[in-house]
Amino acid sequence: MSAQTLYDKLWNSHVVRQDADGTALIYVDRQLVHEVTSPQAFEGLRLAKRRPWRIASLLAVPDHNVPTTNRAAGITDPVSRIQVETLDANCAEFGITEFKMGDIRQGVVHVMGPEQGATLPGMTVVCGDSHTSTHGAFGALAHGIGTSEVEHVMATQCLVAKKSKSMEVRVEGVLGHGVTAKDIALAVIGLIGTAGGTGYAIEFTGSTVRGLSMEGRMTLCNMVIEAGARAGMIAADDTTFAYLKGRPFAPQGAMWEQAVASWRNLHSDEGAVFDTTLQLDAAQIKPQVTWGTSPEMVVSVDGCVPDPASMGQDKREGAERALVYMDLKANTPITEIKIDKVFIGSCTNGRIEDMRAAAAVARGKKVAANVMQALVVPGSGLVKLQAEQEGLDKIFIEAGFEWRDPGCSMCLAMNDDKLAAGERCASTSNRNFEGRQGQGGRTHLVSPEMAAAAAIAGHFVDVSKI
Amino acid sequence: MEKFTQINGLVVPLDRANVDTDAIIPKQFLKSIKRSGFGPNAFDEWRYLDHGEPGMDNSTRPVNPEFVLNQPRYQGAQVLLTRENFGCGSSREHAPWALEDYGFRVIIAPSFADIFFNNCFKNGLLPIKLDVDTVDALFKAEAVTANFKLAIDLEAQTITLPEGTVYPFIVDAFRKHCLLNGLDDIGLTLQHMDEISAFEAKHRAAQPWL
Ligand code: SF4
Repeated sequence: MSAQTLYDKLWNSHVVRQDADGTALIYVDRQLVHEVTSPQAFEGLRLAKRRPWRIASLLAVPDHNVPTTNRAAGITDPVSRIQVETLDANCAEFGITEFKMGDIRQGVVHVMGPEQGATLPGMTVVCGDSHTSTHGAFGALAHGIGTSEVEHVMATQCLVAKKSKSMEVRVEGVLGHGVTAKDIALAVIGLIGTAGGTGYAIEFTGSTVRGLSMEGRMTLCNMVIEAGARAGMIAADDTTFAYLKGRPFAPQGAMWEQAVASWRNLHSDEGAVFDTTLQLDAAQIKPQVTWGTSPEMVVSVDGCVPDPASMGQDKREGAERALVYMDLKANTPITEIKIDKVFIGSCTNGRIEDMRAAAAVARGKKVAANVMQALVVPGSGLVKLQAEQEGLDKIFIEAGFEWRDPGCSMCLAMNDDKLAAGERCASTSNRNFEGRQGQGGRTHLVSPEMAAAAAIAGHFVDVSKI
Repeated sequence: MEKFTQINGLVVPLDRANVDTDAIIPKQFLKSIKRSGFGPNAFDEWRYLDHGEPGMDNSTRPVNPEFVLNQPRYQGAQVLLTRENFGCGSSREHAPWALEDYGFRVIIAPSFADIFFNNCFKNGLLPIKLDVDTVDALFKAEAVTANFKLAIDLEAQTITLPEGTVYPFIVDAFRKHCLLNGLDDIGLTLQHMDEISAFEAKHRAAQPWL
């Protein structure tokens, strides 16, 4: 057989049937469910008198609407409460496993799934959430779907799909001090743009990627959707297996050995051909900071806010509008931009490694006086617990950060954690769109190290120099 | 799902690239557990001068007269003409729900974000990709024509301008079939139930840990 890409292998092993025009029915191994995009799907099932095809493939968790403080008081916003209660009721009605708000395993769906071993190599994973691409870090085919598709997968265990083109993003070499997977992700988006990956499934390869931890790989795959690609993936290897071993949903004993033996094939074969390849030199990547209202509006921390006048016609107008919204002047050095708030968390950077990296920067320091609020929101209850066992919570609290309960929080501000109009935030999340973190709020996307350093300094600083 | 065969619809030009789904339907409206009623909040932040929240009486809110959808000549528009990468960002299906509920049946752009594009078809909306020059020509034609309507025929895959110019467009055969017949995706897939069961048995025998 000719050489195959990882994407070819994952695709081919899940095709139930394919029409002449390429439209295929793809079998889905795992569907993750959260409260925002599922109620209408459950409603649809009920209306059509259908049942989920395979209950065991579903795993649910509320995350977008949950409060990150004083959980004992429940959810005060009535609309948020109804969504979470609706999820609880739907899961109870259909017999679906759910980690409820009070459960230690509750967390952001894309943190929770891998942490439970519910995402395994070779799987197809879907969720009504665009950052489902995160799970591709395990050598899985994972992507976000719409609510109609959530219902479709529940009812049929299949997704109607067409194969994407394939893009290899090869990163070679050693990352500099203070440079992280987040910076690789932002640098790639800066390079190819927010539509550069549209129509592609991206596989990250190269020595730098192989050297990343699972947390870093998840951060990288998480952000491919910001480059327009629905799926990102990384070959499964010993790092993957070590992370998964012993997790509740992972196979155990002899079954584990059998699984690992089969997972070892989950990589692109030597000589496999991609439709497009992009090469990056890890040593050239610096800590990244977004300056605008799209993740592609990004520069290195040692750079300046770009001048729209120097841009091509196609980019100029958008950049001008972004600078007005962000209240930034062209040519301002990034390190001179002062911030009002800091958000460390989300499915991009809410894992234990992210907590450790931010804490290492914050240790023994104090949040700057001009920073009104610095939130640390662990990605799951288990991340929170582990961080507390390592004493990270104390480091944050002593430095003046707020240590919260897990959820999406200020990543999209559906709960009470949000920016007020005009406030500027250093955020480890993945989207800097207008109003994303609160109407009129201004978001700068950065790594956890960069966010913590900005909290301490009150403005952006180059963590590669500290 | 409503069938789509042909329309002769008024065109509203939204001259912006990269319109994201947060702009199409801001996140506070995602809290609804229904799939209808989002139309009055489509483009909420651009359309109104105040901050919108679910449950408000939208008919009493101050509208932004500058925003194109609010201009009297575009009331009742069924065709949204816009620029590159429409529907980017979050996968929320509330975006096509909102556009459909507003009254749109067709969106014309040089490119769309993938998930949004797929979601449109599932909700009786027809997204049409035309090359940049054609879209530009449509913007220009609209600007100089009062009550600019496009006749869109899905069966024939054509767009006809008021003065008679015809542009063909491409649409996936399967999507077209579903849209023309108002077919529910799930029912279609379940016609292949036996194949799915057979695949599942084989798949799980090979990977019993699944
Ligand atoms: S953390 Fe943010 S991006 Fe991730 S699932 Fe939650 S809202 Fe979406």
